[in-house]
Amino acid sequence: MEERRTPLYDFHIANGARMVPFAGWDMPVQYTAGIKAEHLATRNGAGLFDVSHMLQVELSGNGADAFFERLTPTDIGAVAEGRVRYSMLLNDAGGVLDDLMVARLDGRLHLVVNAGRAAHDIGHLRQNIDDSTKIDVHHDRALLALQGPKAAELLSYLGLDLDGFRFMDIRHFTLGTIPLVITRSGYTGEDGFEISMPANAAVDIAKTLVATGDVTLAGLGARDTLRLEAGLPLWGHELDETITPTMAGLKFALSKKRRDAADFPGADIILDEFVNGPKRQLVGLLASGSRPVRDGTILLHDGVDIGIITSGSFAPSLDRPAALGFVETHLATEGTTLAAATRGGETPITVVNLPLVSHRYFRG
Amino acid sequence: MLKFSEDHEWVNLDADICAVGISPHAVEQLGDIVFVELPDIGLAVNKGDAVAVFESVKAASDIYSPASGEIVEINNALLDDLTAITPESAMANWLFKIKINDAGDLDSLMDEAAYNAMIG
Repeated sequence: MEERRTPLYDFHIANGARMVPFAGWDMPVQYTAGIKAEHLATRNGAGLFDVSHMLQVELSGNGADAFFERLTPTDIGAVAEGRVRYSMLLNDAGGVLDDLMVARLDGRLHLVVNAGRAAHDIGHLRQNIDDSTKIDVHHDRALLALQGPKAAELLSYLGLDLDGFRFMDIRHFTLGTIPLVITRSGYTGEDGFEISMPANAAVDIAKTLVATGDVTLAGLGARDTLRLEAGLPLWGHELDETITPTMAGLKFALSKKRRDAADFPGADIILDEFVNGPKRQLVGLLASGSRPVRDGTILLHDGVDIGIITSGSFAPSLDRPAALGFVETHLATEGTTLAAATRGGETPITVVNLPLVSHRYFRG
Repeated sequence: MLKFSEDHEWVNLDADICAVGISPHAVEQLGDIVFVELPDIGLAVNKGDAVAVFESVKAASDIYSPASGEIVEINNALLDDLTAITPESAMANWLFKIKINDAGDLDSLMDEAAYNAMIG
């Protein structure tokens, strides 16, 4: 199958990217620096990621809020103009169809959904829509993520006024003559920005950022190790149609008003888990030794299958392997030692709290 | 005699001792190496057995024995500094040596020109 290319495809190639197929797109997994260097540059300075493969969708019309609430556990009325929320599309079993970011800007709802779920999500939205809401899919826009402790300084240096712009805010900006929509958010655990722009401006913006000399190009490989350390779930790993938000440690995304009303898909199941605890829950896991324990590895306690690794990698900021996985709730306490059933036998692996690396969001 | 396998190992046969490494192309594709496991000396191996493991940040790769025989030497120095495993050093960094039973096991391997053609 022919992979789609983002507006930055030639830019990636020119910068030494190794391209891989990802969710139907040809994306950079790493540049010449390599995953570890790109990861650490993001934690210590600023990394630039092309995330244009993610789908940008706009909901407008009188019924947009009610429509969005029918599919999610979010109190969207509480999302003020200029604010962003993490949310998810739920099925009637309380499983997560996809997770997403939703923002209110110019009175409309702006959604960013996973590339691998884009077709599903559009189908799901269209299937549930009525005449009071309009869906616009923005295939003509690019999305860049500038992440790391130096990200704000860099955007200020380029002339953007970030005064009062906090974590989970969204605002219009202009760089030169290019109109940008920026959210202060990301997928690394660091302070950072996700910058939406017209597709034809993407190369100019990327070059402008790189020309500051303080930006490291970072690929999907570093994006994955950064989000793993930050304990942020990836759909298809820590989230899927059988995994509830309560299992995945996402109780914060279940608005109180919606819990009280119990009017979202799968509310009966999710609210029972909210009170009584889910059967399994997401934890961090640190194995002994230097060998990464990978996705799909079964976890044992006293020889009994009690969980599974959903993401496993080398964690550059910890300088050791680290993993995310689900374990039975009674074993989901920090310090519990389990065994990972690896090919060579059983490897001791210890439950730790998430995140593995502390978040450093800018809350003003 | 230097030859390459389809799985990106290189082998260098000297009398009946076969040194095995991984190609510069394979090292480049793996990216940052974070873990290496080598076989034990004395291990009897069959052609095609997975005898060593390379793990990069993202993935694990098995290294296969190109011939049947016995592991007679391993390059432990390699394990001291995994960052020294680079495409530039890949042809010098042998992983293990096998005393092979039958040099005919290597007949199906490629010469360098054929290997370079395969990886493009």
